[in-house]
Amino acid sequence: MASVQPDSSAESLIRVENLCKTYSLDNGINGTVNSQVLYDVSLNINRGEFVAIMGHSGSGKSTLMNLLGCLDTPTSGHYWLAGRDVAALPENELARVRNHTIGFVFQGFNLLKRMTALDNVATPLLYAGVGRAESRRRALELLRQTGLGNFAAYQPNQLSGGQQQRVAISRALVNNPQLILADEPTGNLDTQTSGEIMAVFERLNREQGITIVLVTHENDIAAYAHRLVRLKDGRVVHDGGVTA
Amino acid sequence: MNLLAIIGEALRALRLNRLRTGLTMLGMIIGVAAVVLMLSIGQGAQTTVNQAIASMGSNLFIVLPGATSSGAMRQSSGSAQTLTLGDAQAVTNLPSIKAVAPIITGTAQLNYGANNWSTVVTGVTPDYFKVRNWSTEDGEVFSDTDFRSAARVVVLGQVTAKNLFGDEDPTGKTIRIKKSPFLVTGVLAAKGQSLDGRDQDDSVFIPLTTGQRQIFGSQFPGTIRFMMVQGKSVEVMDEAESEINQLLRQRHRLAEGTDSDFTVRNMAALAAVATGAAKVMSLMLGAIASVSLLVGGIGIMNIMLVSVTERTREIGIRMAIGANRRAILTQFLLEALVICILGGLVGVALGIGGAWAVSRAADMAVVITLGMVGLAFLFASAVGIFFGFYPARKAAALRPVEALRYE
Repeated sequence: MASVQPDSSAESLIRVENLCKTYSLDNGINGTVNSQVLYDVSLNINRGEFVAIMGHSGSGKSTLMNLLGCLDTPTSGHYWLAGRDVAALPENELARVRNHTIGFVFQGFNLLKRMTALDNVATPLLYAGVGRAESRRRALELLRQTGLGNFAAYQPNQLSGGQQQRVAISRALVNNPQLILADEPTGNLDTQTSGEIMAVFERLNREQGITIVLVTHENDIAAYAHRLVRLKDGRVVHDGGVTA
Repeated sequence: MNLLAIIGEALRALRLNRLRTGLTMLGMIIGVAAVVLMLSIGQGAQTTVNQAIASMGSNLFIVLPGATSSGAMRQSSGSAQTLTLGDAQAVTNLPSIKAVAPIITGTAQLNYGANNWSTVVTGVTPDYFKVRNWSTEDGEVFSDTDFRSAARVVVLGQVTAKNLFGDEDPTGKTIRIKKSPFLVTGVLAAKGQSLDGRDQDDSVFIPLTTGQRQIFGSQFPGTIRFMMVQGKSVEVMDEAESEINQLLRQRHRLAEGTDSDFTVRNMAALAAVATGAAKVMSLMLGAIASVSLLVGGIGIMNIMLVSVTERTREIGIRMAIGANRRAILTQFLLEALVICILGGLVGVALGIGGAWAVSRAADMAVVITLGMVGLAFLFASAVGIFFGFYPARKAAALRPVEALRYE
């Protein structure tokens, strides 16, 4: 698949500059130990891009994902999301950003247990202050779009892995995010289901222009993306075509 | 974020763990029920005491004869026969005094037909019934004329009337006291127990003069056992007390510096002691019950802490999809509060039921007021917020990244 270079005139959605992350751990033996996970990561992702982030375990790709998802704050560096400096926002503002701008898809699906698919999909709207009837209407619409219209009343443990991930994708989409962050979304799925899920991401990117950032360690999954960022030991070692 | 939706989330979480929710709630139910029950019993005791005090009559003194002493041997207060009818009449004329009721008592055998009954026979003046604020249920009390002429007339207490007459109407009938015939002029209204637990309705009253001359002749040669003195108002009670003291010392020709041969007791002081004791008991019961409410609260905190730990991942997911700290805090606080409010409602119902059962089974007076129920309920909610806050804050303070990683 040919690499697609971002249009230089396109609007930037994610821009990080010199992002560093250091974890302080108190191991209880020789006091606090600092371990730096990210070194001066700079990255620009435009609206409408489909980017895969790859790297071995310990390369810092999950940490980068958490920072991009505003689930964690960087030790130093800047992060502009949709033109807004979010690196130093207080937690309540970050919650708002996660709610309105970002949709998450996780490896382990992370659906709320013993809650129907419909309620799972509608939950982000609860925190957005959308009324119950409207929330359920939108949630049902999204479930239909991902082919789960008949499973709205099912609970996660009654659904297959692929179906659960579709519910998770619906939930990620329900508040019309500008960015979808997918952390190994096919890690728990078989090859065929993985292909189906990736097809959903591809369609969302192509038809709705939603920016997708995907973390994976599988080459054939990364191949669905249009750009590849490879991390090694906390540094970006490749940024460009997916074939690299 | 809207509160109603978060209440829904809290209720859902509670429903998912019915047994645990139920058991936690049980702690609250028992605590609230105990508070309501104990308060109602305490209040009931206070009411009983207050009624006994009110039945005694208001602004009362009791004047008792002093102690006799033969040689170095001193006997009990009231054993001397130093008070006379004359003393009583003199006290009547004091400015701060409203009425005086001189009293003699003794026990005697009463007969009516085939029935007989032994009880306290009290010789009094007609004023006695005014001082005690005691009216008749049937017939009338005897008159001043009866008193002056030492007539053989008698007024019966309810219990005595029942024992002698059964269902028969005693008024106008003749009973025998120590074999002398007495005409029943009336039956008194029920009065209940006195402060010392005596049944005041098991008694009969005859004119004091009749008693002195015909029934207890040798025991009271012109003297009386004690007198009840009623002051004009609450404000003049201290004044009245010193007036009585002064007058009686003068009449008994007691020299300056010697002990009085009589005692004046202010019944209001006695009443205050009794009321105070009832209040202390009430408080103590409430305090004991509060401990169980506190234990219930600690139970809630315990369970909420477990719940927060168990649901760390859920909290992480909720944060990732946009719940802010306040939304998480609110949800967990509401879970604790719902347990308390539901537990409080059931507890109040149970407490009222328990109070009713106690009043039936133990024949105790219980009083339930709206304020009491409100207090228990308010207290329960406060416990919920107080003990729910720490776990809820702990949940809200979780970092999204770590909560999501939690296994």
